[in-house]
Amino acid sequence: MPMIQRIQSAPPVWKYPEYRPTDKTAIFVPCYIDQFYPHAAVSMVEILDRLGVRIDFPSGQTCCGQPAFNSGAWDEARKVVRVFAKTFADYDWIICPSGSCTAMCRVFFEHLFPDDPEITGVGKRVVELTEFLVNVLGVTELGARFPQKVTLHIGCHGRRELGITDQPVKLLKNVRDLEYIELPHMEDCCGFGGTFSVKFPNLSLDMGRAKCENIASTGASVVASIDTSCLMHIGGILQLDPQKKKIRPMHIAEILNCR
Amino acid sequence: MSESKLHPQEGFPFQKKEMHDLCVCGGSPATAASARRSNDAYTKMLERTPEFQQWRENAHAVKRFAVQHLDQLLVQFEQNLQKKGIEVLWAADAEEANRLVLEIAKKHDVKKVVKSKSLVSEELQLNKAFRANGIESVETDLGEFIIQLAGQRPTHVVIPALHLTAEQIGRLFEEKLGEKFTAVHEELTAIARKHLRNHFLTADMGVSGINFGFADTGSFTVIENEGNAGLSTSTPPVHVALMGIEKVIPSVRYLPYFLSVLPRSATDQKLTTYTHIFHGPAPGRKMYVVLIDNGRTNVLEDPFTQNTLYCIRCGACMNSCPVYHRVGGWAYGWIYPGPIGAVLNPHLCGMKDAGKLPFASSLCEKCAHVCPVKINLPEQLVHLRNISARTPGSPADSVYQKLLWRTWSFMNVRAGRFAFFMGLIRLGTRFARFVPKPLRILEFGAWTKGRAVPTPKGQAFRNWWKKNRKNTQSESKK
Repeated sequence: MPMIQRIQSAPPVWKYPEYRPTDKTAIFVPCYIDQFYPHAAVSMVEILDRLGVRIDFPSGQTCCGQPAFNSGAWDEARKVVRVFAKTFADYDWIICPSGSCTAMCRVFFEHLFPDDPEITGVGKRVVELTEFLVNVLGVTELGARFPQKVTLHIGCHGRRELGITDQPVKLLKNVRDLEYIELPHMEDCCGFGGTFSVKFPNLSLDMGRAKCENIASTGASVVASIDTSCLMHIGGILQLDPQKKKIRPMHIAEILNCR
Repeated sequence: MSESKLHPQEGFPFQKKEMHDLCVCGGSPATAASARRSNDAYTKMLERTPEFQQWRENAHAVKRFAVQHLDQLLVQFEQNLQKKGIEVLWAADAEEANRLVLEIAKKHDVKKVVKSKSLVSEELQLNKAFRANGIESVETDLGEFIIQLAGQRPTHVVIPALHLTAEQIGRLFEEKLGEKFTAVHEELTAIARKHLRNHFLTADMGVSGINFGFADTGSFTVIENEGNAGLSTSTPPVHVALMGIEKVIPSVRYLPYFLSVLPRSATDQKLTTYTHIFHGPAPGRKMYVVLIDNGRTNVLEDPFTQNTLYCIRCGACMNSCPVYHRVGGWAYGWIYPGPIGAVLNPHLCGMKDAGKLPFASSLCEKCAHVCPVKINLPEQLVHLRNISARTPGSPADSVYQKLLWRTWSFMNVRAGRFAFFMGLIRLGTRFARFVPKPLRILEFGAWTKGRAVPTPKGQAFRNWWKKNRKNTQSESKK
């Protein structure tokens, strides 16, 4: 896929194949969404239903391997990635409601299996939900209605590895009665960073609190994201802050599914 | 590498179990403020300089070629330097480099040395070696001058005294130089200038670094803003230039690429005030170039890590780094802070000492998008994490970590196991808030330090799917 470098934080531009309704399409629901935030995945299913995208949920799926990969435990990560590749081998499209997990599959499988085109090929077929909606299907209006002030945080992997910057914004701006407020310093990391959040908790919290200050400064009642992992961290901090605990973290699919 | 290269006072704070007091290592919040200011300036520069991305490509391509052909270029460089009457010396490590420089000093009966800013001289701890041999050495770069007076180490590759405020510097000058207190920038500069001028005139030898060496002409370049490098190298009769072996590029013709990206990335300048190109000693004077390895060939060995040698020391990565903003330069324990330090230090100091540095990043990847020579810093970081986890004696090579990831992969290779283990964790989260603080240990303790535990509602998605939906396309049964 050709890459064009534009200004800071506007990295790769991907060339997506054309989607045909006969393509075999699966959803990959990241482990923490599956277990902790199932409503985000349910929303995604309902959105895709409405658009007539036929999907499967291959039951053998577990995790994309990112936690171990980012912690240096590559042998363990490889075991899990092999399972992932086997589970999704038959599918032409794998839609995932997380930027970070998508980046793991599409970009980082190559680091684990540089000589295995089958596995990296599966990884390359993974697309993030908003990317799929906007870039592949060309849909920006989903008929949603959500009468709240919303600000948006885009996770760093989605932003810088996949180049997701405008897609979620376009989708949110087309939601009826939704007031979109841009997040100041939106390019900054929220400080989650996977195992970074527990390896360096003080650093991670300090970064998270700075992010929460920015979120609160927008006056939004909801902070949306394409990454539930960032939201878990941001939400966890917001919840313990008496002034900010009213701000609700929501996956973008949940908002797009409101009517 | 038997002796640790670490600075004895600071060590590697990242190595320590916890980073209890943020910003303490950096000395002050000035670090975050200044680094952020530099990064904002850089971002604005990008917006008004659309050509910059092409320049980055060019600089990257030249460096890639140079590093891949380093062996040939270095030989060519040496030959051409010698043709110009410059004496060339080679040093495998810091110790050898110091010995060579001291020998030169002895030969010319040197009592006082003036130094312009050089990071490789920091690697060597050259000032310490001079002092031990009774030679006075004076740092002449304003930042380095301040740092030397304070008895500290630089916290940034371009702005060594980034962590100090003007007020702190005023107090320092008051205490060490007996000057009247001031916090006005121009007045502080004038004080330093007054004190330095005399040193330039009385020094017997000048030491500088090298920004780029040109293999085809046997000349080299030093860029600076203050004029101190010009004075340090031209006033004393002997000039010793120290250079890491990766600084050679094929031709002086490529210098403009780097002059376009380096000052812009470092200090948001179109050009630095001075760009010196040295073509050999003036009549009756001596010029030496010391080529220093000090661990660089270790980096060269692995084709993947090679591109960390492209670094031109501009500091853009640390200016953009949220971790650096918070911990400052000393936390990285050695000369190079920030993302490039987290990548270089483990190579140059060894995994045992610096094996935890690559983990001190949230992998936000901002650094990769600002690097003017396009070093893939985040990818280097994850690769180093892997190497660190496999290196015996490295802090990441712990039984606990191994066990943790074994367990993780065990539960993730079968969907049934995954559902079972995750079910346990879900159950656990319900009781998490009843666990008293002292019992909150390991990852759980770290998470709950300032974050609420997620409380899952309803059933897991896979159960919802089983109840409500069916896979209609053939599912892989391999």
